[in-house]
Amino acid sequence: MTDDLETFRAETREWLEANVPASMREPVRGEGDANWGGRKADYSRNPDQKLYMDRMAARGWTVPDWPVAYGGGGLSPAQAKIVREEMGRIKARNPLNSFGISMLGPALLKYGTEEQKLEHLPKIARGEIRWCQGYSEPNAGSDLASLAASAEDAGDHYIVNGQKVWTSYADKADWIFCLVRTSKESKQGGISFVLFDMESPGVSTKPILLISGYSPFCETFMDNVKVPKANRVHEENKGWDVAKYLLGHEREMISGMGLAGPGGNPLIEGAKASVGLDDDGRLSDPILRAQLALFEVRSKAFTAMSERFLDELKAGRAHPAQPSMMKYYGTELNKSRHELVMATGGSDALEWESEASNGGAKPRAWLRTKANSIEGGTSEVQLNIIAKRILELPS
Amino acid sequence: MPLYLNDEQTMLRDAAQQFVGEAAPVGHMRALRDANDATGFSRDLWKQFAEMGFTGILIPEADGGLGLGHVEAGVVLEEVGRNLSPSPFLTTAIAAVEALKGTAHGDRWFPGILAGETVAALAIDERAKHGNAVGMQAERSGNGFKLSGKKQFVTHGHVADLLIVAARTAGSPDDADGVTLFAVPKDTAGLTTDPQRLADSSIAARVTFDGVELDADAVIGDVDGGRSVLSKLLNAGRTGASAEMLGVGGGAMDMTVAYLKERKQFGVLIGSFQALQHRAAHLYAEMEVARAAVLKAQQLLDAGDARAAEAVSVAKAMTGLAATLAVQEGVQMHGGIGMTDEYDIGFYMKRGRVLAEMFGDSNFHANALATAAGY
Repeated sequence: MTDDLETFRAETREWLEANVPASMREPVRGEGDANWGGRKADYSRNPDQKLYMDRMAARGWTVPDWPVAYGGGGLSPAQAKIVREEMGRIKARNPLNSFGISMLGPALLKYGTEEQKLEHLPKIARGEIRWCQGYSEPNAGSDLASLAASAEDAGDHYIVNGQKVWTSYADKADWIFCLVRTSKESKQGGISFVLFDMESPGVSTKPILLISGYSPFCETFMDNVKVPKANRVHEENKGWDVAKYLLGHEREMISGMGLAGPGGNPLIEGAKASVGLDDDGRLSDPILRAQLALFEVRSKAFTAMSERFLDELKAGRAHPAQPSMMKYYGTELNKSRHELVMATGGSDALEWESEASNGGAKPRAWLRTKANSIEGGTSEVQLNIIAKRILELPS
Repeated sequence: MPLYLNDEQTMLRDAAQQFVGEAAPVGHMRALRDANDATGFSRDLWKQFAEMGFTGILIPEADGGLGLGHVEAGVVLEEVGRNLSPSPFLTTAIAAVEALKGTAHGDRWFPGILAGETVAALAIDERAKHGNAVGMQAERSGNGFKLSGKKQFVTHGHVADLLIVAARTAGSPDDADGVTLFAVPKDTAGLTTDPQRLADSSIAARVTFDGVELDADAVIGDVDGGRSVLSKLLNAGRTGASAEMLGVGGGAMDMTVAYLKERKQFGVLIGSFQALQHRAAHLYAEMEVARAAVLKAQQLLDAGDARAAEAVSVAKAMTGLAATLAVQEGVQMHGGIGMTDEYDIGFYMKRGRVLAEMFGDSNFHANALATAAGY
């Protein structure tokens, strides 16, 4: 077995060396530089993105551990880990960023019909269809289950009406997975989980400008949208089960944000460049040095926690509410990291448009992280979940 | 290796939980304190640790021990921490054994440690804050050495059969080379101890070496090359202290969460207040992250991995932060009763402070990370 894995590692290394284009071994520069696939993707600026994604998808390596029948690589956990490690070794980018992979895919694998899996999963794996998430509404944010968007039974289809908000990249997405109310009799027990094409008649979106100067989020309006019942995942009125399962995966994904990427430590390098070193080789600002060092303690400890969490998940030993703890800690840590990025960058990190600031990448990323502890369930909601479900404190 | 306990380690944890919980619960420590016990721990308990095999946990099987690793040692230490059990386990069976392992001194000292009769103490600190500098002098004298100087924070130093002493045989205090480790029996002439009771009611000595004459065979490892042995001792001690702090912090957190579920104010259980729920949940997160950091350090040490030293510093610094939060929140959430001597939560605060200071506090280890990373 060990020999087999070593052979697999050697073959993986060889294939990646030969097939990952040089420009895909560079760090992603800002939100516009990552590949999200989909019908509206524009590869004219960097054709390597498409080349790399297609090569990876052909091996099933955009989703290494999904079954081959659904566009995956059919790899064992140990093999998938080797692929990730070897990609990290050459600093290969993620070939495809996708809510389809991180959120909808796992939910379909668990709750979808065979037809739904065969229809949607391979298109996700190949980056053909880009998905967005229709969860939050203007009056249903943290109290998600109070959502009002309605799906009226019309025989073989539903008629969907209502409004969603914070639908990330809805203006760039092809399809949406959406929570709708199919019954008013029960708050959580009256919700269904449906899928529909964003080009369906009656769907419109409007971007929301954020403090970072970007508009990753949209308002999405549904006006008498016809959704076939075949597009409902899991039973009618049981969409909350699917939503919760999917949120667990979303929290896992967001929790990874507290981790430093591969390679050197840009935070430390930035500090050295801005405040310099004294004669003893220490940062000239001793308070900043102490803040960075104590941050590194938590950051490295959280890296160990992430490894432990994944190991426990794989072995089925993790507490079902542990993703809340990971999401809470990871996002709070990431906010601290970006405060330090700004503190080390000084006035250079404040330039909003300049070439030196890479189009304001640092201040925009800093501002973006402030949403981490709001989206996917606020930090306070995560703390509620830990208190009630893990510590079992009274209501 | 997955980052959780395997089946054998889980069984050992269950055994340690039951044994330490029954033989040395918090009341055991309280009784010793109330009796103003001059030893600071129970020799009977130390024998029971031996009967359980715990004192031989790191001693190689060839020498009569269990030949286990730091993960297993940590499993026992966590229960010691949870019950605030006073014992020479950390200094003797973990740090000293790691220093003596593979040397001729093992033949002399391991049988006593395995029998629960021998106690070892570590004379490595020279100032109130743990540091890397070794200033105490060991001059060459005849075919051996003569030690002069002072050490402090020598836990159990007043009753130890063996002192492991770091002294300088060449160079200046901050030099890496020129340090030598010595095994010094307690009855050696010129050695005096001044025992002091600490805040947690454990006893640590100030030790004076007044021209203490030692034979050449008192040297552990190589003359002038003691840093490598000292590093092994410190890595083991720091990881062990981290595991014990997990127990102290976890014990304080468990007591506190239980209290939140039983104490009523304003007609309701105080655990239903969101302000307290959020603080308890945050504490849980800090303790979980610390637990992962400790297991990572233990596994890397056991694997002889080059990244172990960094992981050990992360573990000691992180458990220092998390356990300190746990005991502070413990006293606060208990309210007035948490301030009384009658209630146990205050003992956790005292023990946590001692362990946080031992072998370098969180700042010391954060500084070590920064220095290693070149900033």
